[in-house]
Amino acid sequence: MSHPTGDRMTQDLLRPLLHTSWRFWALVAFFGAIVLMGLGSVARTMVLGYGLTGIRWPNYWGFYITSFVFWIGISHAGTLISAILRLVNAGWRRPVTRCAEVITAFALMIGALFPIIHLGRPWYALWLAPYPSERLIWPNFRSPLVWDFFAINTYLTGSLLFLILPIIPDFAVVRDHSTGLRHKIYRALALGWRGTPKQWHRLETAMSIMAVAIVPVAVSVHTIVSFDFSMAPVPMWQSTIFGPYFVAGAIFSGIGGLIIAMAVLRKLLHLEAYLHPVHFENLGKLMLVMALLWGYFVFNERLVTYYGNGPSEMAVFWRTQRETFAPLYYTMVLCNFVLPLIILGIKKFRTITGCVIASFGVVIGMWLERFLIIAPSLGHKYLPYSYGIYRPTGIEIMVASSTFAAMCLLYVLFAKVVPIISIWEMKAGEHPSPDLMPQALEEHPLGELHL
Amino acid sequence: MKAVYALFPNGQSAQEGVNRLRGAGLADRDITILSSQPMEDFEFGHIDKKNYMWWLACGGALVGMASAYGLTVLTETSWPINVGALPVYAWWPNLIIIFELTLLGAILTTVVTLLITASLPGRGERLYDPAVTHGQILVGVENPASESVAAYETALGAAPGAVVKKI
Repeated sequence: MSHPTGDRMTQDLLRPLLHTSWRFWALVAFFGAIVLMGLGSVARTMVLGYGLTGIRWPNYWGFYITSFVFWIGISHAGTLISAILRLVNAGWRRPVTRCAEVITAFALMIGALFPIIHLGRPWYALWLAPYPSERLIWPNFRSPLVWDFFAINTYLTGSLLFLILPIIPDFAVVRDHSTGLRHKIYRALALGWRGTPKQWHRLETAMSIMAVAIVPVAVSVHTIVSFDFSMAPVPMWQSTIFGPYFVAGAIFSGIGGLIIAMAVLRKLLHLEAYLHPVHFENLGKLMLVMALLWGYFVFNERLVTYYGNGPSEMAVFWRTQRETFAPLYYTMVLCNFVLPLIILGIKKFRTITGCVIASFGVVIGMWLERFLIIAPSLGHKYLPYSYGIYRPTGIEIMVASSTFAAMCLLYVLFAKVVPIISIWEMKAGEHPSPDLMPQALEEHPLGELHL
Repeated sequence: MKAVYALFPNGQSAQEGVNRLRGAGLADRDITILSSQPMEDFEFGHIDKKNYMWWLACGGALVGMASAYGLTVLTETSWPINVGALPVYAWWPNLIIIFELTLLGAILTTVVTLLITASLPGRGERLYDPAVTHGQILVGVENPASESVAAYETALGAAPGAVVKKI
């Protein structure tokens, strides 16, 4: 696995920042228009009321909370994967980490918007903040929603810092390769970075500490999101398996999102020399493991419910196996289990195209999984007065779809102002000669395994 | 600012430049080394490696933990809410808040320590050459004594591939 070196690498990775093609503006216009339509839909709901959506008794959670859980899951692509690869010193991580960390930052921002949109009156969002109040409503630290507030904000803060810190030396590179106003902006962003041994050591130590701290935070975030469900007395929600089930699903969908993002960047920014087939193959193997784990969790969840044979649980169970939601359920199983198993399990198919196809399947499948956790259970609780069917309206479909455009738009804009592959980390991966490479610094060989 | 420095094309020659400056009587703290990447493969890349960031991060974590404990105890006892037979101060749910703020404390302390110890944002005029980001390694001396400049120039120039400059 070799990359261009030195100045050639710098030129390649700075090209998208210093030269703007019509494609950039076309993408911004396209995704921006969809985002505006989504914002328009949100504004319409705020003005005309929540009756425009399909959210009504007993289905108070619909597309919005589905999207919230989905995007928080996608956020696990970045910081968690990047931190783990950093800790095990996997050499192949270098071109991948920043692409991944960006996904986390933007997915968390998008995900965190949904509880606010879901409020219906977003201007009351400040009530989510845990400040002492005489209303005796907040802060209730026993509410999973308050746990969400703390967990998501901790993860977002940590992820943003984990993303920004290693960008500082790259800002210095852009500073030294630009002129005029751009030079002034990047000079400010580079914070006077010079590249002394002391600065490099402190940065690398800081990244190691943050990698250690961010892994448990990432795991806790999706566990706590799962608590939003498992703490409620709703059929098929009160399950002790929900924590690890959600975390596994989040990493699974996150890897899918990461592979798609990497493939698009590779094509659009001509990064073929940096994002090699082996990167996709390695991530594909990881996704295959997660597909098996996901299958195990789904089987476990279903088997325990079936064996318990509780009337309310079984009613929800059959809704997804034979009745209204069965087509969506089997599509989910196909996308999340069958497709990845066939494509990623057979070495011949584990190409870039194969990995991207499997990833699209996983992203669709995981969105459906989130929806199938919410809609069937809420529409069929313990007593008949709480039975109902959820039908999303065009407004909700528009808002949910626009978040995908928002992700793409933010990604395009980010790649325009920041090198999407860390220049200094790529250079640090080059060693002058094997004799000079200390044993302790040798890259972890796991990344080079060929199964 | 006055400085004498040399740009080196690779780590080996930069290492020689550093060694020659040491030979000319300079201590490590007086030698400025700048590179566009960590130079862990060379001895000069390990200068200033020792730090207490891990310990400070642990301290930050303890502060975060104490803050979370204080926040939950003070709030819940000041504004008690009765929920489903749970005690007013319930340990299990509060441990979640304490866990998150503990790690947030560690993360924020790490960032603050990095900014302070790495002198970011940099203040004042310091020795720098944009050639560093083109892959050159800068080894030099900032504000040298006038009588020593010639000796440093000779020392730096003796290393292979060195381009000596003076400002």
